[in-house]
Amino acid sequence: MAVFGGRRREENPDLPPGQHLTDGFPVLSAGPTPRIDEEDWAFVIQTETGVTHRWSWAELLALPSEDITVDIHCVTSWSKLGTGWRGVSLDTLFADVETSLEFVMVHSYGGYTTNLPLEEILDGKAWVVYEFDGESLDPEHGGPARLLVPHLYFWKSAKWVRGIVMQDDDEPGFWEENGYHLHGDPWREERYA
Amino acid sequence: MSSPGWRSGVLARARPLTPTARSLVFTVEDWPGNEAGQHVDIRLTAPDGYQAVRSYSLASAGFGAGSADQPELELVVDRLPDGEVSPFLVDELEVGDTVELRGPLGRWFVWTPQQTRPVQLIAGGSGVVPFVAMARAHAGAEGAAPMRLLYSLRSPADAFYRDELSSPTASVDTTWHYTRAVPAEWPRSAGRLTADDLARETLPASARPLIFICGPTGFVETVARAMIELGHADDDIRTERFGGI
Repeated sequence: MAVFGGRRREENPDLPPGQHLTDGFPVLSAGPTPRIDEEDWAFVIQTETGVTHRWSWAELLALPSEDITVDIHCVTSWSKLGTGWRGVSLDTLFADVETSLEFVMVHSYGGYTTNLPLEEILDGKAWVVYEFDGESLDPEHGGPARLLVPHLYFWKSAKWVRGIVMQDDDEPGFWEENGYHLHGDPWREERYA
Repeated sequence: MSSPGWRSGVLARARPLTPTARSLVFTVEDWPGNEAGQHVDIRLTAPDGYQAVRSYSLASAGFGAGSADQPELELVVDRLPDGEVSPFLVDELEVGDTVELRGPLGRWFVWTPQQTRPVQLIAGGSGVVPFVAMARAHAGAEGAAPMRLLYSLRSPADAFYRDELSSPTASVDTTWHYTRAVPAEWPRSAGRLTADDLARETLPASARPLIFICGPTGFVETVARAMIELGHADDDIRTERFGGI
């Protein structure tokens, strides 16, 4: 009988269960990479009253931005520690948004969606980011801008983000309808439904 | 929907596909069967409790070569030079050994016989594995729409499942494309897939095929973009990337 030794013994306390380190950048996407010109780009938040808050690319860049250094965890079991991003906090984008709904559906260029509880993207937990490691975000990594929700598996950090629609219930998004967990906490290994 | 847990899989058969890749067939009690294109997680546990998990594409569909009573699944592992898990699975795991398996996983990158549109599969390297599952499911389906495979690989020695894909009775029409070295008397020289190659060797946009692309990220990016330029709609293209980078 062959006995598995294992080699890496990653005892890193920053590594959630079932994850291993990579120096690479995890990529998980379902279709072709959309190419969106910054001129055509916009980000919207839409509430139950039909009010739509909208930011153009220039308006997004004019908002106060933050440098964020966080660990990211892909459901395919890769983790990357200490990644550096720059972007706008969702707290800033939601500052003037009035809603009584508790869930959001995030929409991306290319048609993809992911669901989140509103409280999981406020209070300094999520950003719309447009730089990675000091450089503009590549289209294949979600540029011009992506959501960053680092405390959940990385598919929640929707690439090519274009907006957020408030929703009554935690209706599933794209990957969530295709077998992935509704919530996606890496520390609880919420990988699959 | 219940949460897929870990099941024990016993290695029933194994054979090398290339000097670095090995086909592994496991018998898995209570395996529910899988659709073509799905994958599984494998978990290995060392004597001291240390565990490692990796995902692998399945080359089998349904119950594999087994049956509902004795289900099987087949997967392919390619040895990564710095790998922790793949060298063990390729070089050390023996017939009769047990691993833990979780799945089947993924419901997007799948082909089912109910699919009525023509299908174009495009593989880069070991990205061919889910397409072998699709080809097998297609062979077992009567009256399914045509399925074509364009298989880009480095050299003849790197081919997975050559006999099966080249068989005159195969229900999938496979085109081989070599990027580094070609077989003797091959009509074309080695080189990366170009837009011209794709235009010549894949179903045209007018046929409205459903397109599956699987391979390293750079390959998938390049091919998906070229297919869109050839007139295919974004919505008709499904991709699966691996390699992490």
